[in-house]
Amino acid sequence: MPETLHESTPLLETPLAGEHRRLGARMAPFAGWDMPLQYEGMIAEHHAVRQGLGVFDISHMGQLMVDGAGAGEWLNGLLSNDLSSLAVGQGQYSLMLNPQGGIIDDLILYRLGDTEWFLIVNASRKTTDFAWLEAHLPEDGSIRLDDVTSGRAGLAIQGPGLVAAWERIAPGVALPERNGILQGTWGRTELRVCRTGYTGEDGCEVFCPSAGAEDLLRAVLAAGATPCGLGARDTLRLEKGYALYGADLDARHTPLEAGLGAFVKLGKSAFVGQARLLAQKAEGVPTKLVALRCDSKGPPPRAHCLVYRPGNDEPIGELTSGGFSPSLGIGIGLAYLPMECSAPETSLEVGIRGRRHPVTVVRKPFY
Amino acid sequence: MQVPESLRYATSHEWVSVTDGIATIGVTDHAQAELTDVVYLELPTPGKQVKAGDAVAVIESVKAANDIYTPVSGEVVEFNPNLETDPSAVNQAPYTDGWMFRIRLSDPGEIDKLLTPAEYQSQIS
Repeated sequence: MPETLHESTPLLETPLAGEHRRLGARMAPFAGWDMPLQYEGMIAEHHAVRQGLGVFDISHMGQLMVDGAGAGEWLNGLLSNDLSSLAVGQGQYSLMLNPQGGIIDDLILYRLGDTEWFLIVNASRKTTDFAWLEAHLPEDGSIRLDDVTSGRAGLAIQGPGLVAAWERIAPGVALPERNGILQGTWGRTELRVCRTGYTGEDGCEVFCPSAGAEDLLRAVLAAGATPCGLGARDTLRLEKGYALYGADLDARHTPLEAGLGAFVKLGKSAFVGQARLLAQKAEGVPTKLVALRCDSKGPPPRAHCLVYRPGNDEPIGELTSGGFSPSLGIGIGLAYLPMECSAPETSLEVGIRGRRHPVTVVRKPFY
Repeated sequence: MQVPESLRYATSHEWVSVTDGIATIGVTDHAQAELTDVVYLELPTPGKQVKAGDAVAVIESVKAANDIYTPVSGEVVEFNPNLETDPSAVNQAPYTDGWMFRIRLSDPGEIDKLLTPAEYQSQIS
């Protein structure tokens, strides 16, 4: 079912809504939530994250808990990456697939304890993910699945200034290693500090109960971080070639087509989608998500712009994401294209308002 | 949001100033804030004949492409070449450095049909 909202459905507010108003954020609906689109401006916020430090409200993201004897083995049968090697305090990016190998969601999971797992999923997919997981729970009740999103908050603190700022934000709370998670107490607030992000910079994502969220955000801002909205979050992730669910990732494409083979461990124990991916690997993927960079300054390409071979009027694909790269000063985009058009340095064209603009296939990241 | 007293306005958020039968056109402070950061413009070529209400230019912001409508009819005589290298002038100085194009009026009476500053102010409040 398409995830549209009825106009009468009120938008959800994060625990930081009051802070966003105080900071003068321009708000926009996103996946059913009223979220900051920007504060001062997307380009300034983008550069703040690349050069200093930015903070994003990510309280809309789904926070799920899985706990119980055998929870790790059970999750490993529903996810494409291999979590069997994760020690307590470690995490990984992974994909939840349908039996056809299509992507239900992309997520990050952390091992909080021997049998306790913490999953961060896309806001737009949380209901679907939860239902999928719930439908696969063992009947003996040995594994418990909880959606703890409501009542909690999340901040993504991103940029090369993280380590220096962190000592002022939360002295005494340790930063974990890359992809790791550490729990700590900040005043009276329990923090889960995760060393991950969606910007390509050093950064962490901090999750906590709602009651402590405003104070935490204020401490992060006082340490010099720039408040950033979803606009900058999108330009930052696109420059790094990170896929966005609902745009670049969906149930019609497999992770192999999406270029996420590094997060698929075909040789591990059985998991949903494995058979289809093994077959696809053997027969070869028909299309691949490639990075396209405009050859010159011009209108930025957008999602759904068509892609062509030069001198040929038959489109070979369409952009799934596209826009202006603030770091490069030029238009960039992602598109599923036939394998024979996916090699770096292939010259192609993108149609924008009836005109063709030359683009070149490049390696990710763009920047 | 600034709404200078010396200008006239279109409901589609363009401003117009007229000197010696030539109209200078840009987008309002309110419009640039709504557009978000401007990164590219497609501006009309001099010599082009346009009618009031025609979509004659495109502003590309980080988020989206937006049509710009000419509030007056006539012949395009000039566009702002500086916006090619510095599109952010539309955000930073919408009423001065961010002007977009100039039109030789074919019907100067069209100016009187545009919104006064007070009328535009009430539209955006």
